[in-house]
Amino acid sequence: MTELLTRLPHRDDPAYDDSPPDRPRRVGSRTADDYLSLAGAAVGSLALTWLVFEQVLPFSGTVGFIVVWYLTFIGLYSALTVVSQPLTVVRDRIMSAVVQGLAALAAIAVVTTIVYVFWKGHPAYLHTNFFTQDLRYTAPTAPLNKGGIDHAIVGSAVEIAIAVGIALPLGLTTAVFLAEVGGRYARVVRTVVEAMTALPDLIAGLFIYAILVRPPFGFGPNGLDAALALSITMTPIIARSSEVVLRVVPGGLREAGLALGAGQLSTLWRVVLPTARPGLATSLILGIARGLGETAPLLIVAGVTADFNPNPLSGPMMSLPLFVYLGARSGEVNYQTRAYGAASVLLVIVLLLFIAVRFLARQRPRQR
Amino acid sequence: MTAVPDAPRRIISTPSPADRVFRYGTTAVSSFVLVVTGCVGVFLGLRMVPTFQHYGLRFLTSSAFNPEKNLVGIAGAITGSVEIAVIALVISFPVAISIALYITQYAPNIVKSLLVSVLDLMAAIPSVVYGLWGEFFLEPKLLYLCRWLSQWFGWIPIFKVNGGQPSAPAFQTAHLYEQSAFIAGTVVAMMVIPLAASVMRGVFDQTPPGEREAAYALGSTRWGMIRAVVIPFGRGGIIGGMMLGLGRALGETIAVLLILSSTYQVKFHILENGGVTISSLIANVFGASTGVQLSALLAAGFVLFLMTLVINTLATVVISRSRSGAGVDA
Repeated sequence: MTELLTRLPHRDDPAYDDSPPDRPRRVGSRTADDYLSLAGAAVGSLALTWLVFEQVLPFSGTVGFIVVWYLTFIGLYSALTVVSQPLTVVRDRIMSAVVQGLAALAAIAVVTTIVYVFWKGHPAYLHTNFFTQDLRYTAPTAPLNKGGIDHAIVGSAVEIAIAVGIALPLGLTTAVFLAEVGGRYARVVRTVVEAMTALPDLIAGLFIYAILVRPPFGFGPNGLDAALALSITMTPIIARSSEVVLRVVPGGLREAGLALGAGQLSTLWRVVLPTARPGLATSLILGIARGLGETAPLLIVAGVTADFNPNPLSGPMMSLPLFVYLGARSGEVNYQTRAYGAASVLLVIVLLLFIAVRFLARQRPRQR
Repeated sequence: MTAVPDAPRRIISTPSPADRVFRYGTTAVSSFVLVVTGCVGVFLGLRMVPTFQHYGLRFLTSSAFNPEKNLVGIAGAITGSVEIAVIALVISFPVAISIALYITQYAPNIVKSLLVSVLDLMAAIPSVVYGLWGEFFLEPKLLYLCRWLSQWFGWIPIFKVNGGQPSAPAFQTAHLYEQSAFIAGTVVAMMVIPLAASVMRGVFDQTPPGEREAAYALGSTRWGMIRAVVIPFGRGGIIGGMMLGLGRALGETIAVLLILSSTYQVKFHILENGGVTISSLIANVFGASTGVQLSALLAAGFVLFLMTLVINTLATVVISRSRSGAGVDA
C-alpha cells in the first residue's frame, strides 16, 4: 500500500505549527517624524512667504503668493528631510510633493471653474422667469427679474436631440461593422473615420455653412443645419469610442455563441451587446456631453435670435453655449450674469449626465 | 487494419438570411458614413484650388487679412495657432503627467474610480465655460505673473512686451498684458490636461505589477519605481497623449475667441496683447466673406485639419507601437 501523499496536519506532528497566523506588516507607512516635518515645512513656508512676499518685497497677487509659498515649501521640506534621511528618500519626498501639488492645482482649477460660474450666475437662475421666459420682449440688459433663456434651453435640446438621432445609429452601426464584420473594406472605413475624428468642430460648422446655409442651396441659418454640423463631429467620435468598447468583449464569448449554433446577428444581439452595454452607455453619454457643450459650429451655423423657436426647419435657433458666448462678449453686467446663469444650466446638465454614467457603469447586465 | 491519415474537413459556412441582411446592412450604413465624412475632407481640400489660383502662395506667406481690400493671408493665423498650442502643451505636460501618476500610483484605491470620473468630467466641461473662467477669473490674477515674467525675463525675445518698462506704474501698463497668447494658451491647457491625462492614466495602469513589485523588492522608493518602471513603460502613452492634446489645442475656438484680441500679424511676443489663430480667424470673419474669400476660409480650415490629422495619426502610431500599447488594441 502506498502512503497517502496528502495528510491532515495533526497536533502531535512535529511539522504542526501552533503559532498565530502571519499577519502582513504594514509597509511604507510614514512615522510621526515624517508628518511633523511635513506640517512644519508647510507652516514655516507660509509664515516666511507672508513675511517676505507681503511685507518686505513690493509684490502682490494671489497667484504669485501661492507659487512662492509652494516653492518655499518644497525648499524647506527638502531641507528638513535631508537632516534625517538619505538622498534617495529626499528625492522621493520632493517628487511626491511635486506630483501631488500639481494634481491638486488641477483640482483647484476645476473646482474654481465650477464654483465661480455657479456663484456669478446665481442672481440669474434664482429667478423662476429665467427658465420660463425668453428675451423676445426684454432686452438682455434689462433687470434679471424679467426675461429668461427658455429659448436657448429648448434650442439646445432640439439640436442635440436631432444630432444624437442622426449620429447615434450611424456611429453605432459603423462601430458594429468595424468590430464584428471586419475585412479589408472595414480597414478603409476605420482609417477614414479615425481621420475625421481630427476634424476641428469649427470646420464642420464652416462646411455646413458653405453648403447648406449660404445661397444657392441654403435658406439661411436654422436649427437643422446646426444639428447636422454637430452630428458630423459626433458620428466619428461615437463610432470610434464604441468600437473600442466592442473590441474589449472577449472573443471567446463570441465563439461560444457561434459554437452553440447562433448566427452572427443573434450572437451580437444576445452576447456582445449585453456584455458591452455599460461601456457603450458610458461612451455614448460622454459623446452627448461633448456635443452639448460644442459652441464653435453653432456660432457659424445656428444664427442668433431672442425668439422662442422650437421648429428646427425655420429660422435661427438659439442654444445655451452660444448664449453664454454672446453674453460674455457683450460687456453688459446683466447680460453677463444671464450668461453665467446659462453656463450653470449647462454645467448642471453635464453633471447629471455624469451621474447617469456612474450609475450605468456600476450596473451589471441582468442575469436571466 | 491500415490507418487512414486524418484529413481536415472543408468548412463551408453559409450565413443565414438574417446574417446576410445584417452584413449588407452594416456595410451599407458604414459606407454612407465613409462617403459623408470623406466628402467633408474632399470638399475642403478642393477649396485649396480656387484659393491658390486667386491669391497664389501669398495665401500661406502673408499675414495681412483684410477682406475689403481682398487681402487674405493666413501666415499670422498659422503661427498663432501653433504658438498657443505649444504654450498650452508646455503648461499642461507637467500637470497632466502628475494627475496620471497621482491617480495610478499615489491615490488610495477607494477614490481611484471617483478621480477617474472627475477627470472625464473635466474633459466634458464645455469649452465656453472654461473661456468664461479664463477671461473673468483667471486673467486678472495672471496679469501679475505676466508682468513679472516680462520684467525679469524680457531679455528673452518671446517674453518681451513693447512699452512694458519696469519703471512704468502697474495700473497704467496692465492693459498691455491683457488678452495675450499666453493667457489664451493657459486656458486651452485646461482642455488639453484631461485629454492627455486620461490617455497617460490608461497606459500607466497597465504597468505589469510584477515589474513594479520587483523594483520595490530591490529597495526602490516610490519615485525610484516610477522612474525605473512606470515612465519607461508608459513612454508611448505620454508622447501619444500629449500629441492628442496638441491636436485638440490647435482646433480650439471659443476659449481663444473670448480671450485673445484679434490682430492679424505674425507675433512672437507671447505676453503681449493680441494675436490670431486659424479658428479665431474663421469665426471672426466668416460672416463678411463671400465667394473666393469663403473658399479661402475653407482652405484655411483644411490647413488646420491637415495639421490636426497628421498629429493625431502620429499619436495613434506612437501609442500602438510602444510596448504599453501592444495589448490595447485587438
